Amino acid sequence: MEHPLTQYIHPGCPAFDLHEYEMTGGYSALQKVLTSMSYQEVQKLVQDSGLKGRGGAGFNTGMKWSFVPMGNDAPHPKYLIANADEMEPGTFKDRMLLEGNPHQLIEGMILAAYAIQADISYIFLRWAYKKAAQLLRKSIHEAYAAGYLGKNIRGSGFSLEMHLHTGVGRYMCGEETALLNALEGKRATPRSKPPFPQISGLYGKPTIVNNVETLCNLPHIVNNGAEWFRGLGSGDDGGTKLYGVSGKVNNPGCWELPIGSVTVRELVEEYAGGMKNGYQLKGILPGGASTDFLTTEHLDVKMDFASVQAAGSRLGTGTMVVMDDATCPVGFVHNLQHFFAQESCGWCTPCREGLPWVEKMLLSLEHGTGTNEDMELLQMHTQWLGPGNTFCALAPGAMEPLQSALKYFREDFERHITMHKCPYD
Amino acid sequence: MSTIFIDNKQYTVKEGKNLLEACLTLGIDLPYFCWHPALGSVGACRQCAVKVFKDENDTRGRLVMSCMENIRDGLHLSVADKTAKAFRSQVIEWLMTNHPHDCPVCDEGGSCHLQDMTVMTGHDYRRYHFKKRTYKNQYLGPFIHHEMNRCIQCYRCVRYYHDYAGGKDLNVFAAHNHVYFGREKDGILESPFSGNLAEVCPTGVFTDKTLREHYTRKWDLTTAPSVCTHCSVGCNTIAGERYGQLRCITNRYNSQVNGYFLCDRGRFGYEFVNSANRITQPLIRSRSIEAVDEAVLMDHLRILMSTHTLIGIGSPRASVESNTALMQLVGKENFYQGINDTLGFIEKRIVEVMRSGAVQTASLQDVQQADAILVLGEDIWNTAPVMALAVRQGVMKTAAQHVLENRALPSWHDAAVRELVQQEKGFLANCTISSSPLDEISTCSVHLAPDNLARLGFAIANRLNTPVPAVLLDRDVQDQAAVIAAALQQAKRPVIISGAGCYNEALIRAAFDIAAALNTHEREVKLAYVMPESNSMGLAIMNAAGFENAVLRATRENNIAAIVLENDLYRHVPAPIADVFFNSCQHCIVFDTLNNATTQKADVLIPAATFAEGDGTLVNYEGRAQRFYQVYVPANKYIQESWKWLLKLQAVKTGNTNEQVYHPEDVLTMCQQLMPQFAGIAASAPHHDFRINGQSMPREPHRYSGRTAMLANLAVSEPKPKQDGDSPFSFTMEGYTGKPPSPLIPFFWSPGWNSIQSVNKYQQEVGGALRNENAGAALFAYKRNGAPVYFKDIPEPFIVRNEKWLLLPQWHVFGSEELSAYAKGVSELSPQPYIAMSASDADQLGVVDGSLLSIKVFEQTYELPVKTNGTIPNGVVLMPAGLTGMPVMNWNSWIQVVSIKL
Repeated sequence: MEHPLTQYIHPGCPAFDLHEYEMTGGYSALQKVLTSMSYQEVQKLVQDSGLKGRGGAGFNTGMKWSFVPMGNDAPHPKYLIANADEMEPGTFKDRMLLEGNPHQLIEGMILAAYAIQADISYIFLRWAYKKAAQLLRKSIHEAYAAGYLGKNIRGSGFSLEMHLHTGVGRYMCGEETALLNALEGKRATPRSKPPFPQISGLYGKPTIVNNVETLCNLPHIVNNGAEWFRGLGSGDDGGTKLYGVSGKVNNPGCWELPIGSVTVRELVEEYAGGMKNGYQLKGILPGGASTDFLTTEHLDVKMDFASVQAAGSRLGTGTMVVMDDATCPVGFVHNLQHFFAQESCGWCTPCREGLPWVEKMLLSLEHGTGTNEDMELLQMHTQWLGPGNTFCALAPGAMEPLQSALKYFREDFERHITMHKCPYD
Repeated sequence: MSTIFIDNKQYTVKEGKNLLEACLTLGIDLPYFCWHPALGSVGACRQCAVKVFKDENDTRGRLVMSCMENIRDGLHLSVADKTAKAFRSQVIEWLMTNHPHDCPVCDEGGSCHLQDMTVMTGHDYRRYHFKKRTYKNQYLGPFIHHEMNRCIQCYRCVRYYHDYAGGKDLNVFAAHNHVYFGREKDGILESPFSGNLAEVCPTGVFTDKTLREHYTRKWDLTTAPSVCTHCSVGCNTIAGERYGQLRCITNRYNSQVNGYFLCDRGRFGYEFVNSANRITQPLIRSRSIEAVDEAVLMDHLRILMSTHTLIGIGSPRASVESNTALMQLVGKENFYQGINDTLGFIEKRIVEVMRSGAVQTASLQDVQQADAILVLGEDIWNTAPVMALAVRQGVMKTAAQHVLENRALPSWHDAAVRELVQQEKGFLANCTISSSPLDEISTCSVHLAPDNLARLGFAIANRLNTPVPAVLLDRDVQDQAAVIAAALQQAKRPVIISGAGCYNEALIRAAFDIAAALNTHEREVKLAYVMPESNSMGLAIMNAAGFENAVLRATRENNIAAIVLENDLYRHVPAPIADVFFNSCQHCIVFDTLNNATTQKADVLIPAATFAEGDGTLVNYEGRAQRFYQVYVPANKYIQESWKWLLKLQAVKTGNTNEQVYHPEDVLTMCQQLMPQFAGIAASAPHHDFRINGQSMPREPHRYSGRTAMLANLAVSEPKPKQDGDSPFSFTMEGYTGKPPSPLIPFFWSPGWNSIQSVNKYQQEVGGALRNENAGAALFAYKRNGAPVYFKDIPEPFIVRNEKWLLLPQWHVFGSEELSAYAKGVSELSPQPYIAMSASDADQLGVVDGSLLSIKVFEQTYELPVKTNGTIPNGVVLMPAGLTGMPVMNWNSWIQVVSIKL
């Protein structure tokens, strides 16, 4: 089985420096592109590969790039941004790539920048990723020194500047338009689309924001071709995916696997080593905190975009959170809603006012003071905080675990009301 | 035009607008918060949700925010859709979770957009039973009261204050449901446009602090359409009264002049009307008991007038009616301007230029739509603040239009447009003596002495293919002239602004030359000259002799009785000259509202009505004659419009006893007859007997309370309501219940729309002109195809002198205007006297900021602290103009400055 993204990442071992990265074939994709491929060819290659965004939404990367204005009339500077603001609860896959092989990301970014003919690139990094920040700073410096960044890269005529920007710890900045506002020094509120960032992004200029994992795939696609990439995955999706499992399992972790090659059960039982002694699996959030619960009946669902969706949830970031039978689902969901309510940017009414209300009702249920009316109101919020009603996807994402918890664990909720306390206490 | 279907009904609507604007224009009620016609859409509040359908067969549809959706031909939408309605009601419920429901004690109650929208959505039952979040409020200065708990986070305050008005010190802080709108710390709001927050805020977070001191609900106010008297722009206002006290000024929307916003001087300067310093009774100073009644006064004046030669001193802040009545009484040849002759000369030039008709005058709407603006000399930020706000919109809109070229993006999409615009600005050249906040948005900022500014102006004109000769300038100024000339030439709608504020006549000529040169078939250039006071233009058009002629008359003839109309001459002419004048006149009859240095000199003092207590017409800087209407009849019967007093004097003088009643339009007709240059002014406002269905327009809303009770302390039976013979208004709530025509709107109200947002219901299309908008009469007619006569007389360059400085005025929004200075807040924000000079001049004198300097003006010595300012040209010193207690200075003359060594 191939692990292109993580083949040189070994927990406990230091990340490759530039030399080591080059020794293992690093920057050869860049050399290839700069010497023998037009930006159109790179765009086409990535489109052919079927690479889908690994940030959660799963949008076709080549397609996303294709909306960027190209040619002589295109506005400049254009921007390429790596979204490394990994703050989805339960998600730690980008961290592995950032800390494990920073040059892989940098090379991927240069390739993406070349494909859209960007002039300036930023890595928007989660504030808490201190180690990654240190590594990236060093690696960017090395890449500049080696002539992979800066003016006229390796004599190709293509130039790219790269900057590391560390955030201040807002979940909202993971949303690409809020990230752009934050990068401009404005409040991290999302923007309304259209206009899309490809047309009017950072400082009103054409901009592509890609997830770290997405970008890390690019050197391998360039080196091995679209066919190879598509062949890696099973089913409709191409390539590998970093899957993660957290919760009360024996071996929580993160593994690079062909996308769609595993089921929920295999991930939990084979890779994560099964549930810890005395715990039963009660539900999982397959792709981070803002995806719908799946339950024991979904254990044989394949972990690819389409299958998870068909089961009523989303693949999201592919890093699942396992909820065990000793954990109160109401408390679990309350914890999530506390996070989302706190991370709401405060821009649109439903999210700003709705989430704290939801959070308070869940807490009230936990304390045994919840009522049947609260249940109706929770249900009401899952409906009204849906996509399109709010300004961005934060609140709709927050509603996904809540609505599925109300569906699958309704009894638990109701017991809180009838027992006037948390039955798990 | 596009065809859209709203709830299956077909409508034809204008393209380029969003669905919310379309619905509101069609009269369909849709609630909204974050959208504002002047601010555009951002889609934050989610209140204006409607359902949009793919086509007529789509029955499911999807919820969209109508403010964020463009009109498309054939679009099907539903406002009445069950889901859309339920969602709108839900949004209100969310907003209400933290709203304090303190309507009974909230200043906004009864004129609250949040109340209106809540009722509109039908939300009426609270399901949220947790604690509300609370905030600490801030002290924001004398004008605006802050009550953050009421906030519904619509973001309009920051979008107005920050984005629209360019203020920096009001911002949004924190996140999620703790978002806070205020300053970094307590302190006075810096923007002179902060008062608009009270109208922009949909609820009671930002409210009028001055109104709080004598609070009255909107429905309990007696209101009338008015015109601001605090500068020459003539912003339209609504003035409200209760219990004989003026309570507040709000904006009166008008697409031509002020649009949605006022400046703080205009909004909060009204308190002079309630001042304890008001003149309340006729006085005859020679008597042992000075206060007299009308009969005694008239007897006294009859003798006085029959035994003396009357001369009249006109006023730049009295109405056209009052000035006309004075001219009529004393005779045209005996009427003089009550301003100093230097200013009179400049104003005469302005009138001459505007009357030539060679160039069109620029309304504020024109300024807002200009694609290149040149400000030559005038410090409009301080002399005509709302014009400066309009300049800012012109600059911003031009940049927006530029980025939107060849894009599908609609102009109402505020956040997206701003993102594309970034730092780009339309062209503005701000050429003034020293820096102003407008410099921040200027492409070129040039700071020179007035003569050099005029030379710069002529140099620009020279580059525009005019017969104006070339001007020798410093290299860098020459370059600026080239840049400005090129930008103006490229523009399609350039506006040139100058004014009398620099006391420099050459600037007027230079501005005209530029405008005239730009005026071609493919370019519509507009020209504006800012005048010093609210009716300076009206007085200037009268074309009367200068004040020094009046002084000469008084000194040469020994039988002069002067009538001084609403004017403190000590603010206009040097004290020694005013003293000579008063000492030379045998008698002096003064009409005014407030006691001042001039009223001290009066033998006979007669109380005049303010704008709130009488009717009159003011001519603004563009020659637009606009009527202000009496708001209330003061309890004090002696307080009457000067023109009424003067017409009585006329009757007394001529022995005419048949008590003819004159209405404002009669006086204006008189005005036209006396001075043909005022042709058309009599038709500037509806006739006093204008009625709709036989009904007059009520000054009070139908919910006015206390009518039978408020005078019960005087008489148990309800007194007969006061009658108004001078206007189409009644003093009660009776009368026409529909929407009055545009110059006669005493308050904006529509069923379900109690707040100022009801303006929507009076507009032809939302954000546009009022229905049948009538914004007064234009006294300057544009003569297309007239060949302009250029001025070629270029002033000599300004040369720095040894030991002498050119003294020039520094105007201040707060402090430079006479009447507003009586308002507590305005006086609090007025500067202390100072003397400002360039840093190198200060060096030369061996002084630093705060050092004391001594200057001598008109034999009077002043010791003032120094303020250094890097943008002031060398050889020039600036002193604040018009401060209370500071006499008029010898502007535009050379003075000695001596450092006081302590």
